Amino acid sequence: MILLDRVTKTYSKNLGTALDRISLHVEPKEFVIVVGQSGAGKTTLLRLLTREERPTSGKIIIGGIDYDKLKDKDIPLLRRKIGVVFQDFKLLPNKTVYENVAFALEIVGVSHKEIQHTVPKVLDIVNLTGKEKRMPQELSGGERQRVAIARAIVRQPKILIADEPTGNLDPKHAWDVIKVLEKINRYGTTVLLTTHNAEVVNKLKRRVVTIQNGRIASDRANASYAQE
Amino acid sequence: MRRKYTTLWRIIHTGIVNFIRNASLAIAAMAVMIVTLTIVLFSLIANATFANTINQITSKIDISVYLKDTVTPAQSSQLVAQLQKLPNTQSVTYLSKDQVLKNFIQQNANNQQLQSAADATSNPLPATIRIKPRDLNKINDIKAFLDKPAVTALESEPTSYNGSLKQAIDNITHATNVLREIGIIAVIVFAVVSALIIFNTIQMAIFNRRDEIQIMRLLGASTSYIRGPFIVESAIYGLLSAVISVLIVNSIFVAASSTLQATTFGLLDIGYAVTYFDHRFWKFLGMQLMVGILIGTVSSVIATRRYLKFKIK
Repeated sequence: MILLDRVTKTYSKNLGTALDRISLHVEPKEFVIVVGQSGAGKTTLLRLLTREERPTSGKIIIGGIDYDKLKDKDIPLLRRKIGVVFQDFKLLPNKTVYENVAFALEIVGVSHKEIQHTVPKVLDIVNLTGKEKRMPQELSGGERQRVAIARAIVRQPKILIADEPTGNLDPKHAWDVIKVLEKINRYGTTVLLTTHNAEVVNKLKRRVVTIQNGRIASDRANASYAQE
Repeated sequence: MRRKYTTLWRIIHTGIVNFIRNASLAIAAMAVMIVTLTIVLFSLIANATFANTINQITSKIDISVYLKDTVTPAQSSQLVAQLQKLPNTQSVTYLSKDQVLKNFIQQNANNQQLQSAADATSNPLPATIRIKPRDLNKINDIKAFLDKPAVTALESEPTSYNGSLKQAIDNITHATNVLREIGIIAVIVFAVVSALIIFNTIQMAIFNRRDEIQIMRLLGASTSYIRGPFIVESAIYGLLSAVISVLIVNSIFVAASSTLQATTFGLLDIGYAVTYFDHRFWKFLGMQLMVGILIGTVSSVIATRRYLKFKIK
């Protein structure tokens, strides 16, 4: 599902290498946690996957799409196949919960009828039924993150990338968000989660990839992680 | 197909919503656009009106060639034929001595003394060829022909060019040309200024919505989907400005024709201008819409092209 082969990313000579020959293979329906300190290269890795940045060298193939052959104008098509959740939610502040989720469908030209049919179902998955008409600023951080997840999965992507989704949340809300991610994974979506929350990692008991100074330090199934 | 239609409608809808939310910025952009379009319209109408005035005066002007009594009918008809072949002659009329006298008597029906003087002598008036030129500015072609020795040999007196009228027409033509140039320059200057202001407005709108644009990008919105609403928005500036400019010109004419008793204002024949505008109202509206929408879309296409580029390092 995700294949990285000796991927290197250098921003500039002074800054050194952000990622150094990273090779990673994620199977379909897998749930992978990427851990590492701030600045270890987690975010760079995800930005390469969403094609916000290009690797300096190396090969990336996601869901059968070879990034070397991907033209700039086809990037929107790629992003429609990947759901992304951000630490800072990135919800549209002037749209309601429902509209925020519907927005992801609107921009790809889904009909009004289909949107009306799909959005409530997705809001149910993330346990937000009844809050459709709230504005993002009226919600708690955990609720906002679940709106963002709903938006990411509403187009039924094969891959969901979550960049520190619990970073701004207290433990209780963080766990609500993680439970939703597990649920989505059970439905068959590959999930790639970055975090530095040891509690989350240890509770999940999934494959853990540790990144240190731009390299993969360890890659273990059912692993735990001790916070530095 | 249906999907495309849905997307197109969403782009237009977003554009309209953004236009309304952006109202304060839109007013500045539209004000300049309205001035531009009003000037365009006024210059067109003024131009047509001046052209009409000149035409009216020009039609009263002709060149008279006075022939010697010794000229034979064959010679005169040959001369007429030659004159008709000149590119700038509209009509050439030959008047025999008798006809000239008849016209003279008619024209001076009230002047007994002149009439009796004409009767007393045996017709002193020369046979005349009247030439109506097509374009007064090119009268020299005809003049050159008439000044040939072969032709002057047939003339009894120097050719009459209605000199003073020609001078007046030259003045009007000159004034019109200057006004037209000023009009064109004003149109260009204002069109550029309004394009720049729209450019700026769209740029500010892009800046204001940069978070939203970033989110749209990350969700996989195509560039045209992001760009579309901005172009729709500035097309609306053009559309509304066009309608308003036509309404302004219309109400000025309505006011002018009801308050001004005189139908002319200097050289500007307001009566003619009003009918000219009224007859072409829909054509002008269509033209203004086209110009306005063109200025709007072109400037926003450039603005969005510059600021909505994909930037991948």
